Amino acid sequence: MRFFEYESRRMVELAGIPVTEYGFCTTAADARAAAEKIGGPVVIKSQVLTGGRMKAGGVQFADTSEEAERHAADILELEINGQMPRGVLVDPKAEVKQEYYAGVVWDGTRKQPLMLFSDMGGIDIEEVAEKHPDHVGRGHLSNLLPVSDFEAKQVVAAAGVSGSQLNQATGVLARLGRLFRERDMTLAEINPLAELEDGSFVALDAHMEMEDEAKGRQKALLEKALEIAAEDTREPYEPSEFERNVSEIDSADHRGVIQGRDHGFTGNLGLVIGAGGGSLTLTDAVRSQGGRPANYSEIGGNPSVAKACGLARQVLLKEGVEKIAVMMSIVSNTRVDIVARGVIKACLELDKDPGETIAIFRIPGAWEEEGEKILERYGVEYCDRSVSMWEAAGRAVQKIQG
Amino acid sequence: MSILLNKDFTFIVQGITGREAVNLTKECLDYGSKVVGGVTPGRKGREVHGVPVFDTVEQAIERHGDPVDGSVVTVPPAFTKDAVFEAIENGIKLIVVVTERIPRRDVAEMVELAGMRGARIIGPNCLGVIVPEVCKMGGIGGPAKDAAKAYARGPVGVMSRSGGMTTEISSSLSAAGLGVSTAVSIGGDAIIGSTYAELMPLFEADEQTDAIVIYTEPGGRMEAQLGEWVRENDSRLPIVAFMAGKFMDDEEMKGMSFGHAGTIVEGKEDTAAEKIARLEAAAITVVERIDEIPDAVKGKLGVAA
Repeated sequence: MRFFEYESRRMVELAGIPVTEYGFCTTAADARAAAEKIGGPVVIKSQVLTGGRMKAGGVQFADTSEEAERHAADILELEINGQMPRGVLVDPKAEVKQEYYAGVVWDGTRKQPLMLFSDMGGIDIEEVAEKHPDHVGRGHLSNLLPVSDFEAKQVVAAAGVSGSQLNQATGVLARLGRLFRERDMTLAEINPLAELEDGSFVALDAHMEMEDEAKGRQKALLEKALEIAAEDTREPYEPSEFERNVSEIDSADHRGVIQGRDHGFTGNLGLVIGAGGGSLTLTDAVRSQGGRPANYSEIGGNPSVAKACGLARQVLLKEGVEKIAVMMSIVSNTRVDIVARGVIKACLELDKDPGETIAIFRIPGAWEEEGEKILERYGVEYCDRSVSMWEAAGRAVQKIQG
Repeated sequence: MSILLNKDFTFIVQGITGREAVNLTKECLDYGSKVVGGVTPGRKGREVHGVPVFDTVEQAIERHGDPVDGSVVTVPPAFTKDAVFEAIENGIKLIVVVTERIPRRDVAEMVELAGMRGARIIGPNCLGVIVPEVCKMGGIGGPAKDAAKAYARGPVGVMSRSGGMTTEISSSLSAAGLGVSTAVSIGGDAIIGSTYAELMPLFEADEQTDAIVIYTEPGGRMEAQLGEWVRENDSRLPIVAFMAGKFMDDEEMKGMSFGHAGTIVEGKEDTAAEKIARLEAAAITVVERIDEIPDAVKGKLGVAA
């Protein structure tokens, strides 16, 4: 789950890291009031969940509150990478002496959080790491021991920082490390971390992402401190009608799991496929053989007839879908006959001939003999494990292309 | 031989009274595995298919009388870390974590403690390990008769990020007359207990294993790590890899996870194309089609296709 800058800053603040007196506003009038309160030059920043807002004109500077109001009005109407802003952040324009970078990410190979620090802040850390490796300090954190200040200090020192800056930065990075762990972050970045003319350090921008699996136990932070509504799931795009319907059918019945996606798919061959790895393999197999999938789906965990039927029905109702392919890798838990019943029922309910509509049925495994009997009765072409997933996908593609 | 399991291997099931766990216990017993106890707090005194249930791992081990080799953990995500810690702190050395949707921090903590105690974790979000005709630990392959149909003994070690595809691939290897030495469903999360590279030394030392097949997906650095291991260790084992989810390299699929929590393209390193390049740079054969795997293995072993 990705956070807006104003939320990320709030988290940083809660962790005891200094931030500027920023204001989050959803109207231009509020932005003007916030600028008046700050009483000097300000920065107006679009609050979107995407990068590149500077380039897009989503960050503007203002010397007066009138100017701040005008910029806020413009930015609030400005779409960036397909997103309308949630609001604007009004921030005092800081007198920056030096910009730093502080971040914590997961190192999947070491299976530990990795702290990063650089005295070249304000730009992309990957670029700094590539061009100026001696300006980047790195250090892993134990998952079991508490985060100690010295660990952060070593990382700051490794970036070539000393003096009072080292002591200031150490406190910030150690707190960021603790925040990362305690709040189940997958990314916690302060960039830039600014050293002001008076020598103090403040976070001028922050980027946080939280693990979706941990949202339940971070409820207090999300709902109380950040006031994020439970239904505000921050998907990278708006779910389609198909996606919403499938998800509704899935949650109505605890038996088995179905999932449907159609973002980015526009073909004529509907896919009722499973499970995780099988769906990935089969979607590729259809595409590689010239087929055009209408959707991606997952079915598994021994769904009921109603659930299998529900998924097939939603796929068949999608615009442009001519036939469906029902395919899975060998199943041991999911019953073949139940899926067969479900997909045939979907065809019949929509007045479609199952033998014509189901291009291929390839689900080998538990209760396959029973499944075959049902499929035969309705004239549906099926195959067993001796026909590979690739070949089954190929047959489906051939049928739809005639 | 085999890796991880053998015919005398004993294990318990934590969360044994859950619906899935009851099935899994029966499947393992039917396959010939030695399930010596189960744990569900508050359910001491019950039995699941003849397996005694205890409140604690300590009690289960005490009743067994000898050290227990492994544990299959299938408890809800919020309780998984504690269950795995309990297994590790009671001296269990191989833990299969079936549970999915466990926060990464918890997984990382389990893995670090396991490392400190000399224990190994397989998973989470996996179906377990099977040594054909010898022992099955977890739901891998399903009921004993289905597992027997898909898994024949042979020279190929299988590692897969997808539980279902472990069986699909093993079945095709068995049907082609090759068979499997040990198949490991390593799990589909971003952080897992044992990666390809971390299991390779075991296969390398296993006399029965002559070749490796891996099933892999976009997301993470696990394939790059395998490539590095193969090059650094001058491995004797030829490897055939299959990469699923190539469609995820499309720009519009960026940031979306498909199939498994760890299967997501965020940066360049996560893409299928990048991973295939890394594997091929380490002389690992990456087949385009899933049905090309058996012949590719035969080619590597010098067996007629």
